[in-house]
Amino acid sequence: MYNETSFARSVQIQLRVIGALLMREIITRYGRDNLGFLWLFVEPMLFTLFITALWTAAKITHGSNLPIVAFAVTGYSSVLLWRNCANRCVMAIPPNMGLLYHRNVRVLDLFIARILLEIAGATISFVVLATFFTSLGWMELPADIVGVLSGWLFLAWFAAALASIVGALTAYTEVAERLWHPISYILFPLSGAVFMVDWLPSNFQKFVLLLPMVHGVEMLRGGYFGSAVRTHFDIGYLFVACLLMTLLGLALVKDAGLRVEVE
Amino acid sequence: MIQLDNITKTYHTRHGPHTVLDGVNLQVCKGVKVGIIGRNGSGKSTLIRLISGAERPTSGRVWRGISVSWPLAFSGAFQAYLTGLDNLRFICRIYGVSFTNVVPFVQEFSELGSYLREPVRHYSGGMRARLAFALSMAIEFDCFLIDEIIVVGDSRFHEKCRRELFEKRKDRALILVSHDINTIKAHCESASVLHDGKLHSFARVDDAYTFYQASLH
Repeated sequence: MYNETSFARSVQIQLRVIGALLMREIITRYGRDNLGFLWLFVEPMLFTLFITALWTAAKITHGSNLPIVAFAVTGYSSVLLWRNCANRCVMAIPPNMGLLYHRNVRVLDLFIARILLEIAGATISFVVLATFFTSLGWMELPADIVGVLSGWLFLAWFAAALASIVGALTAYTEVAERLWHPISYILFPLSGAVFMVDWLPSNFQKFVLLLPMVHGVEMLRGGYFGSAVRTHFDIGYLFVACLLMTLLGLALVKDAGLRVEVE
Repeated sequence: MIQLDNITKTYHTRHGPHTVLDGVNLQVCKGVKVGIIGRNGSGKSTLIRLISGAERPTSGRVWRGISVSWPLAFSGAFQAYLTGLDNLRFICRIYGVSFTNVVPFVQEFSELGSYLREPVRHYSGGMRARLAFALSMAIEFDCFLIDEIIVVGDSRFHEKCRRELFEKRKDRALILVSHDINTIKAHCESASVLHDGKLHSFARVDDAYTFYQASLH
């Protein structure tokens, strides 16, 4: 008698729920007034613009001849990707607790909706800025679009996995929230956004290459600048790291969902 | 049919694990109205959360062969910054129901008028309750969960709710949880008593009440 819902039906319900959560999130966060949902990518765009201006003024490319605008846009966009995803999943459950009474809404759906929205925002911001600067002649077109695309997709995957781990951990203990903010702060300068691995001393290279997102940023920049840069990344390492993080994230989210105590 | 098999629910408190439900079994067939009576803190709301699926049992399983509502007139899922209509739109999307089909009903039933286009945080308690009840009636279910009957609005609105739920939907199953025997007598055919984490089921409400009275002492 325990006939289960078929897999196809489950997928259909899950897509419906995620779609509903996405729309709810967009209207709640951005409203219908002034720019409305355009803020989704205008906000990260402004961040990137400020950083680009700052880095241009500070000549952060350390005497290399890399075009600084492209360096800043590729670097800071990738930071926004993983940092915003994770930040949005921190303490994502408490404000949405009541939604769990609608049985088809699960904790994983809350996370997926927020992650998708952040990935969309960061991606649109990146594309709009790159297009804008290219049209001004401040950025060149990417040397290898496949490299850019795969670097970005890997970074998005990494962001989603990281966000689910961090988000689920904050469901266990608020300590995770307090720890995440300083950790993300430290990770920013180490994440590959502000340097090319090649510029670092070799013993330090080994250390930063433990961080999966460094591989993603190197891949992205390798695609953008082509032979103008020497990149250091290992697709196999990045793939396995993302895969393991995804498994860990899903297991944690599932367990957090079982433990959740609705008021 | 809804079936609860050997449900146990343990919460972690500062004083260690606390078992609220301990091996609870329950069957609710289509169209049957079941009352669950218990004292404050006996685990009635926990049981409702498990049947609705908001929480998962520590062990055992809940099987739902018919569609089960969220707790009647529950307003905790409202997003206060969204309008009443946007909240309705969200519910419709979740349950795969056409928004345009149910708007007239919600407008008429909730009597909120133009307030439906205002954020819910501007609503009074009574207005929220009216919207919550209207949303509960906008989506059709085979079984409604009721965690204490709360009197919504004035007596006229109260009567409207009664008619909508107990007359127009009298063919539906009902699980009504209350600490008040009269409420359960008025609406249920059989009843169970929740006492010390165990659920004792009786075919007649009167027998359940006798047991409940004895358990109080």
